[in-house]
Amino acid sequence: MNRYSLWVYVTIAVALLLGALYTLPNFFGEAPAVQVSAARATLKADTAVLARVEDALKQAGIQPTGIFLDLAGVKVRLADTDTQLKAKDVVDRALNPDAANPAYTVALNLLPNSPRWLGAIARPMYLGLDLRGGVHFLLQVDMRAAIAKRAESLAGDIRTQLRDRNVRHIGITREGNNIVVRFRDAETRDKARAVIADQDPDLQLSDSASGGDLLLVGAIRPEAQKRTQEFALKQNIQTLHNRIKELGVAEPVIQQQGADRVVVELPGVQDTAKAKEILGRTATLEVRMVDMDNMNAGALAAARAGQVPFGDEFYVERDGAPILVRKQVVLTGDRLTDAQPGFDSQTHEPAVHLTLDATGTRIFKEVTRENVGKRMAILLIEKGKGEVVTAPVIRTEIGGGRVQISGRMTSVEATDVALLLRAGALAAPMEIIEERTVGPSLGADNIKKGFDSTIYGFAALSLFIIVYYVLFGAFSVLALCANLLLLIGLLSALQATLTLPGIAAIALTLGMAIDANVLINERVREELRGGATPQAAIHAGYERAFGTILDSNVTTMIAGLALLIFGSGPVRGFAVVHCLGILTSIFSSVVVSRSMVNLVYGARKRLERVSIGNTAWK
Amino acid sequence: MEFFKIRSDIPFMRHALAFNIVSLITFLLAVFFLATKGLNFSIEFTGGTVMEVSYENTADVDKIRKALDSRGYNDYSVQNFGSSHDALIRMPLKPGQATADLSRTVMEALTAEDRTATLRRVEFVGPQVGSELAWNGALALLITAIGIVIYLALRFEWKFGIAAIIANLHDVVIILGFFALFQWEFSLPVLAAVLAVLGYSVNESVVIADRIRENFRKMRKASVTEIIDSAITRTISRTIITHGCTQTMVSSMLVFGGPALHYFALALTIGICFGIYSSVLVMAPLVRWLGVRREDLVKPIKEKKEEAVV
Repeated sequence: MNRYSLWVYVTIAVALLLGALYTLPNFFGEAPAVQVSAARATLKADTAVLARVEDALKQAGIQPTGIFLDLAGVKVRLADTDTQLKAKDVVDRALNPDAANPAYTVALNLLPNSPRWLGAIARPMYLGLDLRGGVHFLLQVDMRAAIAKRAESLAGDIRTQLRDRNVRHIGITREGNNIVVRFRDAETRDKARAVIADQDPDLQLSDSASGGDLLLVGAIRPEAQKRTQEFALKQNIQTLHNRIKELGVAEPVIQQQGADRVVVELPGVQDTAKAKEILGRTATLEVRMVDMDNMNAGALAAARAGQVPFGDEFYVERDGAPILVRKQVVLTGDRLTDAQPGFDSQTHEPAVHLTLDATGTRIFKEVTRENVGKRMAILLIEKGKGEVVTAPVIRTEIGGGRVQISGRMTSVEATDVALLLRAGALAAPMEIIEERTVGPSLGADNIKKGFDSTIYGFAALSLFIIVYYVLFGAFSVLALCANLLLLIGLLSALQATLTLPGIAAIALTLGMAIDANVLINERVREELRGGATPQAAIHAGYERAFGTILDSNVTTMIAGLALLIFGSGPVRGFAVVHCLGILTSIFSSVVVSRSMVNLVYGARKRLERVSIGNTAWK
Repeated sequence: MEFFKIRSDIPFMRHALAFNIVSLITFLLAVFFLATKGLNFSIEFTGGTVMEVSYENTADVDKIRKALDSRGYNDYSVQNFGSSHDALIRMPLKPGQATADLSRTVMEALTAEDRTATLRRVEFVGPQVGSELAWNGALALLITAIGIVIYLALRFEWKFGIAAIIANLHDVVIILGFFALFQWEFSLPVLAAVLAVLGYSVNESVVIADRIRENFRKMRKASVTEIIDSAITRTISRTIITHGCTQTMVSSMLVFGGPALHYFALALTIGICFGIYSSVLVMAPLVRWLGVRREDLVKPIKEKKEEAVV
């Protein structure tokens, strides 16, 4: 009656083993580390960088406890925080000879301290900002500005299109999200409508009149507005990624939240002023001509020495080749509507496909027609400093607004360049609507306080339960331990973020989970009092209590899910742990505790009494 | 060990009216305080800036005030937080203010006064977020309440669903009443605690409802009052021990958890204490007054089936 078949025990053992395995890394803690990643999208942290880092450390006499390469870059594990700081300086100096223009980001980080075999399987829980310290920003993208910008650029397009077709209008203005074109007669308006309807499918056209003028009003279609907004958000996130790389943050979180918000979390960053400055900065793309007259060895050498010809600027290309670029700007990134990586249709070389707006197309066509055989440079200007992304030779006149950059690129580079070109500037302004900064000392305090309250509460509760229910109490406490093990294992396996409210939820879950065992134990006592044999009492106690346990956990779960769905920030951290805790507690308080009872009492044929405290008062 | 040696059923229902009057008065008081004093919402709901500053020596609140006044700030509040070394500065939202720089300029003012001042925490919430949070909180409460009623109605009977939710929402109002009366800060973690309590004290009602159903099956001759009395008496030891255990955990948070968990634990404490009272002594009489009958819970057709199985 009170026996479990072998497979139940095996299931429990496997669950507990997995729980223990995933919980284990949390005990090893984390070691100080230095992480090296590429500062520019055009560079990669690879084995060559790994070797350079190793060399630099060896020369400085620093003995790392581990060094390896993964997706995020080169990671160096160090013995203590002092060596960590020293190592960071050494590596920084070795990889970035030019401090003003770093090629690699060297950041402080923490790495799990668990042995290699364990590290390959499981990682410790991810600590939230309130526990490890850092900055949290919630940014709101100004979507009205994004749409207005789109309308502005459409107005420019229409101006060019109408001029190309010789359609005479008397003015194009943007009014809100609408573009209004004025005409003197209906015939011209009809002509213009045909042109615009053909070229700009994103516009919904309607007729109107004002004073003596005839108007053609173009409203951006709702689906086009939505597309513009999505594009703006995506581009802003991309831009933020690139900028945060510079901050040297090891594990930044940049996520979309809702339709128009971005969450940025920078663990370990304390300098909020600098973080804000970098997030709010703008970068631009520029197309300029290469000064072919001065691209000879003599002039380049002179330029390198500081004698740059008048009207030129000196740059170094990615492959190290010097280049002289004219100061005059042909096109800016505002004219770029898209950049995608792809392949050249003839040579099948990796390439980047750019799409320009109408004005950009016209300018590009003229410039390329006049400069066949010469080189043009595409520069990314950030913080007033430019970098030549690529400087291709113009082979033919390029019309139609579709430009392809190819040659000397791998497909990875093509992807990076496309990303850089797209992410150069923010598509729409952003505003910080929420900020949370937690100092590292407060984070450590929070961990200690959360940990203390859980441990002391758990100890007091265990003591009481064991005194009150004796052996059954001990089973209940062991089941509660199993619950804690499974919960932490689950949180680690899911890499859920643990916050202070999350720790509070762990404590609360333990306090609530004991309810199930109290229900069972009370029921067993009641059955015993009612004269049932011990075996029957155990059986009935568990069976009858189960329905109640299930019901009460479902109602608690409803509240937990509502919190999970509607909660944000600290509440969500609480809700995740709370909901997972309910799941693990049903399993442990019913199945795990029963298995222990069955193991101890189940096999005995003639059971005289069970150790569940005094029941003989009737 | 055994605390509860109750030999015969306690006639709880005889005093049902008294219990309900007590809870009605508490409830009305809570509503009164909520209406007159209102909740002291944290900046998460109202928007604004909170800064926690730590000093090597004692944090002198007057000095901080002086430093802030001299920089032309007004309408702020400063208080000691947690220990005497820490101070909490609250600043309301001002239209047109560059909030991003606020914390920096304030820190400049404070470090000019005392070099040891270090920033422990900054929280800035814009106006867009606050109202959304309040709305989402209310929505979460509503969804939870509806969800619980539906579940209990399906599992037991609609009368239990209604009675349980009235009993437990009355707990929620009482917790809020306490927060209004003492003007404790109502923050997001407190909201989480309130919802957790709602789910938790419904447990209580579920346990009793389960017992009532079981008693209807077993005690064929007994009256509804006797059945409810027996159900409460039989579960009272479990009720008190469970709540005691949960409260042990929560007390530990109250003592060791520091200021960050203080109000969270306080809300739970109030909720747990009133949860016992309301789900036992408010829910059960309500069920009776709603007119629960044996036929509501013990379906005759279902019984036949059960017998066939046995």
